[in-house]
Amino acid sequence: MMALALIGVPLAMAALALALPWKRVRPWAVVAGGSGHLVVVIVALARDEPVEAFDRWLVLDPLGKVFLTLISVVFFACALYTPGYLALRPGRPNRSLCACMLLSLALMTVVSLAHHLGLMWVAVEAITLATALNIYFNQNHRALEATWKYLLICSVGIAVALLGSFFLAYAAFYPTLRSTLLFEELIGQARGEPGLKPEWLQAAFVMLLAGYGTKMGLAPMHTWKPDAYGEAPGVVGAMLAGCVTTCAFLAILRFYKILDAAGQTAFAQELMVFMGLLSMATGAVFMVRQRDFKRMLAYSSVEHMGILVLGVGIGGSLAMFGVLLHLINNALTKGVLFLSAGNIHRAFDSKYVDDVRGAMRLLPVSGSLFLLGFLAIAGSPPFGPFLSEFTILRGALSGKRYVIAAIYLALLAMVFVGMGGTVLKVVQGQPLTETTPRRYRDRLTTAGPILLLMALVLLLGVYVPPPLEAMLRNAVEFLESH
Amino acid sequence: MDQILIIVLALNFLALGASRLRTVIRAVAMQGALIGLLPLFIHHEPEVRAILLSVGTILLKGVIVPGFLRYAKREADIRHESHPSIGYIPSLVLGAIGISFAVVFARTLPLEDLHKDSLLVPASLATVFCGFLLLTTRKMAINQVVGYLVLENGIFLFGMLLLEALPALVEIGALLDLFTGVFVMGIIIHHINREFASISTEHLTELKE
Repeated sequence: MMALALIGVPLAMAALALALPWKRVRPWAVVAGGSGHLVVVIVALARDEPVEAFDRWLVLDPLGKVFLTLISVVFFACALYTPGYLALRPGRPNRSLCACMLLSLALMTVVSLAHHLGLMWVAVEAITLATALNIYFNQNHRALEATWKYLLICSVGIAVALLGSFFLAYAAFYPTLRSTLLFEELIGQARGEPGLKPEWLQAAFVMLLAGYGTKMGLAPMHTWKPDAYGEAPGVVGAMLAGCVTTCAFLAILRFYKILDAAGQTAFAQELMVFMGLLSMATGAVFMVRQRDFKRMLAYSSVEHMGILVLGVGIGGSLAMFGVLLHLINNALTKGVLFLSAGNIHRAFDSKYVDDVRGAMRLLPVSGSLFLLGFLAIAGSPPFGPFLSEFTILRGALSGKRYVIAAIYLALLAMVFVGMGGTVLKVVQGQPLTETTPRRYRDRLTTAGPILLLMALVLLLGVYVPPPLEAMLRNAVEFLESH
Repeated sequence: MDQILIIVLALNFLALGASRLRTVIRAVAMQGALIGLLPLFIHHEPEVRAILLSVGTILLKGVIVPGFLRYAKREADIRHESHPSIGYIPSLVLGAIGISFAVVFARTLPLEDLHKDSLLVPASLATVFCGFLLLTTRKMAINQVVGYLVLENGIFLFGMLLLEALPALVEIGALLDLFTGVFVMGIIIHHINREFASISTEHLTELKE
């Protein structure tokens, strides 16, 4: 019942958004969907009953709880921002944006509940299609190019993930045995006899990591990201970076657990360390001297997806705890950055550092939040990401992975300097006279949601509330249990 | 069944070597229709479910999607790929090398005895390879969609190994993905066409570092 409500609320609102004929009312369906979803999530977490449906195809497990809560909170902030943003863009049709945002929320809920390999794959594929239309919101050449790349690269990625799923199913295939695609049963089979065939399992993991990694934006399959994040509205960028990539990461974690149960932990970890460091390095290199501040945020997302995968590759309870905490911190901070960057883009009508100066003077709230968001994402105390990045570092040191720890620190330092250069140019100084803003000033509707996210980032840096900590510990235990 | 798979492999060459779009689309349509027949051969006595899968696949891969591509081709009024980044002869040679590798490689895979003698696995790997080749070397949006379809066909072939054990997975994978993916791609092609008055992704070069 609960599971159906979680999916049904945003789905119903998506239908409503499609049906509503009034353009100015439509964004409020997104707000209603986002807040309704958050309420149902809180009720589901507060009640002690297990949430499941359809023969355990959908189950809310400890890992799913973390992801579902995060997705709901980030979406809620994005939803609050939407009416204010769309009011600034009266010339643009908004039906598909509103409906697709809500549809994506429903699908992301399915991903966080899915315990069936095929169902999860279908949901991730559908999210790709639903979000593609959002990237095309501006309907110009550049948006078209970004959408085409996103669609093509992600469809290929998702096709590779399907091949990986087939390989995994073949690893579990014995003519005498009943075949299954439920995660629990696959894990059970991996632990018992006759187990999973190791060669097929390894091939499957490579394919799955490449496939879902494309959706997550890991290097070298990240090439859609700068274009998509650069051309999509800030609120879509915040959703992609905070929620959609999160779903792809959940898929990878689910497969990691199967390999772990089959005794292939070392194989999976080596691959993930490599992919993680490569993504961090790619992000760091392209962030240096980046002129387009929205593209810069995209490379920052590549880097942080790398940190997450690297953390899983390091392994151990400490690093895993750090990974889940960082997942939350990164998503919230990316929300701050994309939404405030969107406001700055609106005010200056440009997203290039050559045109944008003195954002803090012109937009005291959005400009300051952009700067604070940068400090947070680059890992300065007292914000959340510092704590989680530091926890992952401690995990690496306690596992005696000193070389990895050193590279990790060096790349973080490089990102700080590279990203700092661009951000400071944007926020400092005097606004150039010829680009005097005409339309946009900070308002409660477009600055309030960012303040909310920033407050959460700060809170998580100084104090992790006990219920959240318990939730994270349960999830780590669930991942690491043998 | 092996005869079908051999024709499927030959159609890969046609798709790689032809410069006329009409031929390429026809090749991928025939390939789709042929692999749509396979579910009927996998089951010893065809059941309703297999027949439905078969009919659905033939309709989608063989008729609807190619029809869509033909429509896009006509709208844009183009007949040839402009400049593939690898010529037709080199890509045929690459395709041949890929297919031979796939055959040799498939022999070394730890397959169930049941599947040891089947051509399914080498055909699947070879078709996936050709799909990637088309995707990466062709510049026109229509041809990239064709590459994607060939890739999907290759994956569908691998799915045939699991059809009896896990029919649902294969069905979901084969139909939903193809339909929706190409549908949206078609819309985008339509817009590329309108915006650029041509259908080559070569014009899509504004966004780069």
